[in-house]
Amino acid sequence: MERLLPGQSPVLTPGHTLETITDKIVSIVLRRPVTLGWVGGFALFFGLMNLLLFAMAYLFFRGVGIWGINIPVGWGFAIVNFVWWVGIGHAGTLISAILLLLKQGWRNSINRFAEAMTLFAVACAGVFPLIHTGRPWLAYWLFPYPNTMGVWPQFRSPLLWDVFAVSTYATISALFWFVGLIPDLATFRDTAQNPVAKTIYGLLAMGWRGSARHWKRYESAYLLLAGLATPLVLSVHTVVSFDFAISIIPGWHTTVFPPYFVAGAIYSGFAMVLVLAIPIRQFYGVQDMMTLRHLDNAAKVMLGTGLIVAYGYAMEAFYAYYSGNAYELFMFKNRMLGPMAWSYWCLILFNILIPQVLWIRKVRMNPGMLFGTSLVILFGMWLERFVIVVTSLHRDFLPSSWGMYTATRWDYAVFAGTLGLFFSAMFLFVRLMPMITIFEMRMLLPQAKLSEEVAAHD
Amino acid sequence: MTEPTLHGVVAEFMTPDGLVNACRKARAAGYRRMDAYTPYPLEEAADAIGFRKTQVPLLTLCGGILGGLSGYGLQYWVNLSAYPMNIGGRPLHSWPPFIIITFEMTILFAGITAVVGMLTLNGLPQPYHPIFNHPRFTAASRDRFFLCIEAADEKFDRAGTMAFLQATDAIDVAEVAD
Repeated sequence: MERLLPGQSPVLTPGHTLETITDKIVSIVLRRPVTLGWVGGFALFFGLMNLLLFAMAYLFFRGVGIWGINIPVGWGFAIVNFVWWVGIGHAGTLISAILLLLKQGWRNSINRFAEAMTLFAVACAGVFPLIHTGRPWLAYWLFPYPNTMGVWPQFRSPLLWDVFAVSTYATISALFWFVGLIPDLATFRDTAQNPVAKTIYGLLAMGWRGSARHWKRYESAYLLLAGLATPLVLSVHTVVSFDFAISIIPGWHTTVFPPYFVAGAIYSGFAMVLVLAIPIRQFYGVQDMMTLRHLDNAAKVMLGTGLIVAYGYAMEAFYAYYSGNAYELFMFKNRMLGPMAWSYWCLILFNILIPQVLWIRKVRMNPGMLFGTSLVILFGMWLERFVIVVTSLHRDFLPSSWGMYTATRWDYAVFAGTLGLFFSAMFLFVRLMPMITIFEMRMLLPQAKLSEEVAAHD
Repeated sequence: MTEPTLHGVVAEFMTPDGLVNACRKARAAGYRRMDAYTPYPLEEAADAIGFRKTQVPLLTLCGGILGGLSGYGLQYWVNLSAYPMNIGGRPLHSWPPFIIITFEMTILFAGITAVVGMLTLNGLPQPYHPIFNHPRFTAASRDRFFLCIEAADEKFDRAGTMAFLQATDAIDVAEVAD
């Protein structure tokens, strides 16, 4: 058994057996009736998702002119949302891969839905660069394929690196998630009564039978995937930050971008994990598997990454000052005092000042306050990308080319629509798949380990 | 109707200790064609039936190397031969920017190889396996541990193997048809 500090909650409330863990997680999907609350929540977000489809249809019909983007601010909401969503995905991979390699047993109960969160967040992120191209039906030109035009993509461009980084990330995340699901799907196949459910789970489980040989190869592959996903997740937001840092725009051209983008990604991702975990553990009564310990640990990760982000902001200001470059200096003055100053100061408030409440143990142990703080951080991280994209672009080198940026209702519709896509996918996920990894939870039990005299053999 | 052939004799255990002890005994008794079934990964069970090395890591390494080479190779070929473009007089073979896509392709190929390799070596997807003929085998994905000594084993003997497994901590021993 792990040793607990005074006042620390255990990772798994004692008293569970192999059987009760299996039953509890399986029954959420297979036996629990569909509640009115679920239907209502799903209907709301499914409606929002349809708003996304509507907004995209109109966009394809009229073109990107329906958005607020124009020269000089050509990036606008589409890129802000893209970076925000990709960042949110990062926490899922961090939990499932990096914490696995670091042997953090507490990750076992939150990794599955955090991975699902990653997948859906990357799907939402993928929408934006695609529709921002203006002619999304030609987006396949971004991939290197032999074509009759004899043209190849420009491999020196960060935008192409993005294509490779994000599509690799999406593929590896999907593989990781699915491989983790196989043994649990076999449990579902063996437990389901409904013949249709049994067939579908059976097909997905691919005949998994828990053979010791299979488990050995499985564990090996799973660990390798974790090892591969770890540098991958760090590289993805690094590449995203290159979209900015490789350019010569004042406010973008800094070397601090990659680490501070990665920290910001994990910061917002953990906030989203908490925004999902706190209601889920409440509604589905899994407080004994997602304990206060998980919330506490997640809050500490947010506190740590939040401080790295704060350091990033400080360094941006310092570079602008220390560079002695008139354009850098002006950019920063404009960011703090110009027409968009509200966004910068809100950012400091939401992303740096308010989250300092996480130093207080009572806040970390209080799901309601943690939920509120996480929402503030999510909004703050969205503002961060807004500040970086918009305030850097709208007043650059020549005053004659300055402009303002105002988002239109279509910008908001697409953003709200991706929130709908994300949450309706999460709603379906908790009803159709085991949201807690059953076989990894079994491994947390003391009775799952061999007794000392048996383990000591040879 | 002909009598169905035998897949093997299956023993059921309540605890991982019982399973691992029985696996070790069976291996010591000379049985080789056997398999243990557990509801979660139990490394000692694989060791006890004599399965110690997997080829998944080697395959993954090969996949990664192949991915890295094809990523770099593609960029090299496109920039130097298929579609050379002079941008600001920079060298056509500008390797630093090529590293990023090389890295991503390495990870992509290695990850796909790890998963496909694991599934292929495990023989999955597999629509039918005789072990599922055991009436209580569904418990193998819940809370029970099984050891199957297969009829194909050289030392297998219907009554003898049955008696051998009954002498372990098994709560139940049964024959399973092929």
